[in-house]
Amino acid sequence: MVNGKRLLVIIPALNEAGSIADVVREIRGELPGVDVLVVDDGSADRTAAVAAAAGARVARLPYNLGVGGAMRLGYRYAYDHDYDVAVQIDADGQHDPRYVPKLVDLLDDYDLVIGARFAGEGDYAVRGPRRWAMGMLSMVLSGLAGATLTDTTSGFRAANRRMIEMFARWYPAEYLGDTVETLVHAARRGYRIQQVPVAMRRRMAGTPSHSPAKAMIYLGRALAVLTLALIRR
Amino acid sequence: MKLTLVTGLTGLVLLATIVELLRRRQLREKYGMLWLGLLFVVIPLSLFPRLLDGVADLLGVASGVSLVLFLGIVFLLLVCIHLSWEVSALEEETRTLAEEFALLRAEVEADRAERADRQELVHRDG
Ligand SMILES: Nc1nc2c(ncn2[C@@H]2O[C@H](COP(=O)(O)OP(=O)(O)O)[C@@H](O)[C@H]2O)c(=O)[nH]1
Ligand SMILES: [Mg+2]
Repeated sequence: MVNGKRLLVIIPALNEAGSIADVVREIRGELPGVDVLVVDDGSADRTAAVAAAAGARVARLPYNLGVGGAMRLGYRYAYDHDYDVAVQIDADGQHDPRYVPKLVDLLDDYDLVIGARFAGEGDYAVRGPRRWAMGMLSMVLSGLAGATLTDTTSGFRAANRRMIEMFARWYPAEYLGDTVETLVHAARRGYRIQQVPVAMRRRMAGTPSHSPAKAMIYLGRALAVLTLALIRR
Repeated sequence: MKLTLVTGLTGLVLLATIVELLRRRQLREKYGMLWLGLLFVVIPLSLFPRLLDGVADLLGVASGVSLVLFLGIVFLLLVCIHLSWEVSALEEETRTLAEEFALLRAEVEADRAERADRQELVHRDG
């Protein structure tokens, strides 16, 4: 329970045995009474066992579906079990659960709240093509949503019941679909989107899924995904 | 001139079809991008078939048109190979799903049998 609401934290995880236990324990310590669902997406390591031992519920996918596939499973779980709020947190420890009440506070007036970097809190910096891609995404999506969104690819989000209902039915599994396309889709359908500035930490263990060499490809794909999302219904 | 009209129109119809399929979410992004990319090569070529003559000359191919035919066939072959690869991956996934399902069923049935046993014991004792 946070602010009188039943809350589920959904953690998509792929090979995060090194950090998942600490992340789950920190969430349960900072946010007493919330339920934690770890979606293990076909990890080759002991992610599922470690998460369960730390007190999380674990849903294990038989093979890798990607973050989008894992998140739809999470939202369906939240929908079926009547949670009022679903919060998505990364398994690598980058997201500080102490911000969760701030995000949840806004859910009375908004349907989807993003924990965003580059909005005053923290000192996270990105350079080169990745920065251009993020700038472009942020400009277009802010216009669509009618709110300033500085970090559209953030995986730190809170959704209210209305949003959970939509995401349980529709959540793209494609590249960048879990972040960019969901925002376009939701904004277009009149869901209200807002952000809360957060500071992000370094990942605790494991390796990030992006490398600097992929930044240029990322820019191209971000453009393609955005164009596609905009012409789609 | 007539030929250009026929090939150009065909290209445009294909383009419209793909865009519409993408818009209706009937095509996954990765396939859509593949076909769109191809059309951005094919449409200019259908309007100006002699565009590749220079390249053809360099490669020792008699005319640009036969080079396009050759590249077209290579491309289609690659697509076929890719599709068989995708189907293989899908087969592997359904197989894993079926196993998962069988394991779950075994667990549920073992659970049910155990519960029935326990109930019987309670009845006999009581
Ligand atoms: N379910 C699932 N989670 C994934 C996959 N790839 C990455 N993740 C998780 O997504 C979160 C963000 O991943 P990360 O590599 O840190 O991305 P970044 O923070 O955007 O650089 C982490 O919790 C990862 O464990 C995947 O294929 N499936
Ligand atoms: Mg991360």
